[in-house]
Amino acid sequence: MFVLIKRIFITGWHGITRDGGMITANIFIMTMAIFMISSLFFFRDLSAFLVANIQERADVSVYFKNDAIEEDILKVKREVGSIPEVKEVNYISSEEAFERFIERHSSNPVLMESLAEVGTNPFLASLGVKAFEADQYAGVVGFLENFQFNYLIEKIDYYERKPVIERIYGLTAAFSRVGVIVSVILILVAVMITFNAVRISIYNSREEIKIQRLVGASNLFIKGPFLVQGAISGFFSALICFLFFALLAWGLDTRAEFLFPGFGLLSFFIANLWMILSIQILSGIGLGVVSSFIAVKKYLKV
Amino acid sequence: MITFQNVSKVYHPNIIALENASFQIVPKEFVCLVGKSGAGKTTLLKLLLAEEKPSQGQVFFNEQNIGNIKMDHLPVLRRQIGAVFQDYKLLNFKTVYENIAYAMEVIGASDAEIKRDMPEILDVVGLSHKTSSFPIELSGGEKQRVAIARALIHRPKVILADEPTGNLDPYHTLDIIRLLLKINEFGTTIILSTHNREVINSLGKRVITLQEGKIIRDEKQGRFIL
Repeated sequence: MFVLIKRIFITGWHGITRDGGMITANIFIMTMAIFMISSLFFFRDLSAFLVANIQERADVSVYFKNDAIEEDILKVKREVGSIPEVKEVNYISSEEAFERFIERHSSNPVLMESLAEVGTNPFLASLGVKAFEADQYAGVVGFLENFQFNYLIEKIDYYERKPVIERIYGLTAAFSRVGVIVSVILILVAVMITFNAVRISIYNSREEIKIQRLVGASNLFIKGPFLVQGAISGFFSALICFLFFALLAWGLDTRAEFLFPGFGLLSFFIANLWMILSIQILSGIGLGVVSSFIAVKKYLKV
Repeated sequence: MITFQNVSKVYHPNIIALENASFQIVPKEFVCLVGKSGAGKTTLLKLLLAEEKPSQGQVFFNEQNIGNIKMDHLPVLRRQIGAVFQDYKLLNFKTVYENIAYAMEVIGASDAEIKRDMPEILDVVGLSHKTSSFPIELSGGEKQRVAIARALIHRPKVILADEPTGNLDPYHTLDIIRLLLKINEFGTTIILSTHNREVINSLGKRVITLQEGKIIRDEKQGRFIL
C-alpha cells in the first residue's frame, strides 16, 4: 500500500511539473474561486458589523417625571434589564441629556438662545431600552405600562418610533437575506468554475486515462495522481489567494475605515489569520480533489 | 487459451463489425490476423481486451468469459495481456523508462523488481540509451519498441499487436517483426493483426483471414490471400 501511495504521489507531482501550462490555468481559476469563497468570510463579518451598527440606532426611550428620584429610576433600570427580551438598558440623567444637547447643538445659536430663555434644564431623565428583535419592543413597552413604578414614567416614545424601528429591522433582515443568497450564489459559481476548469484539463487527459486502463491500471492507480494534482493545485491556489488577501487588507485598510468607521480591515485580517488561511487551504484542496474525482470518473469506463 | 464461440459484434445502428467468428488459440502460438481495413481485426482484438462486449457469442480467455467480466476485474484481465497498437499509445508525460516501468507498477511490482527487470527489457528492444527521453523525442520505430517493451515487461501470457508496423518504414517493420518472433520463441503467445502482405508471407505462421467481419480462412501456415 505504501508503494502504491508513493507512486500515486510521484505520478501526480510529475503531472504538475511536466504539464505546467494546464496546471497554471487550473491554479489561476481556482485562485479566483477561493478568492470568492474567502470574500464571503469578510462579507459575513462586514454585514454583521453593519447590521449591528444599524440596529444600535433602534431603541425606545422611557422618560421619567421631573420629580422621579435617581434611586427609583435605577430600580426600574434593573427590573427592565432583567427582562429576557431586553438586550441593553442605558440610563441618561437629565444633566447628562442637557450636556449632550449642548455638545451636539453648540454651533446652533437659535437653539442655544431658546435654551437660555427657558432658564432651567428642560430635559427629563430617561432609560434607553434596546430589545433583541423589533417585535419584542411591544412586549417590553406593555411591561412598563403595567409596571408598579408606572407612576414615575412621564412618557414612552415607542409609538412614535415604532415605524422607524420596524423599518430598521426589516432592512437589516433583508440585508442578511441578500447576504445569504449572494453567498450561496458565489459558492455555486466558484464550484462550477473550478469543476469545469478541472473537467476540461482532465478531458485533455482522456486518451492517457484510456491507455492506463488498457495497460491494466486499477481505478485508484489512475484516479490517485489526478486527485493529488487537484490537491496540490488547490494548495498553491490557496497560498496565492492568501497573499493577495494580505496585500488587499493592508492596501485598503484606510479606505475601509473611512467607508465603515469602526471596521478595521487589516486588524480583522490579522485577528482571523489562521481562520482565513484554513478556509482557503481547505476550500482549495477540497475543490481540487472533488472536481478531479468527478471529472476522472467519467473516463474510467474503458 | 483463447476461444471465440460464434462471436458477432454489431455497432449501432446496423454496422456488422464481426459476424459469427469461431476459433481457438493455444499457448505459445503465433497467429496473424489479416484483412483489409474495416474487416474486423481491431474489433476482434478489442473484444479480447474487453474494450468491447460481443453482441452475440462468447469470448474466453483462460476459461474466463470476457463478455461477462465486471469492471472491477478488467485490470486483472488486462495485466495478463500485453497490447501493442499502431498509434503506440504511450504516456506522453512519462519518459521511456517510466512508460515501460508503468506496466510493472500497475501489477504492484516492487521498485527492486522494476530495477532488476528494466535493463534486460531495454536491452531486448535496444533502447538502453534512450531511457530519459520522452515519446515526443523518439522516432516511430523507437516508440513502437517502447510499446512492445511495455507490453512485455510484466511477462504477459499473450501479446496483442494491432497493426504495430502500420506507421513504420520497411526497415523498422522488419525490426519489430523480428522482435515479436523473439518474444514468441520465449513462450509468449502472439496475435499480430496486419495488412502487410510481405510480413505475413515471410512469417509462415498461422493466418486467420477476415473479410467484412467474417472469417474466410484459417490456415496453419498461411499466406496473405485476399
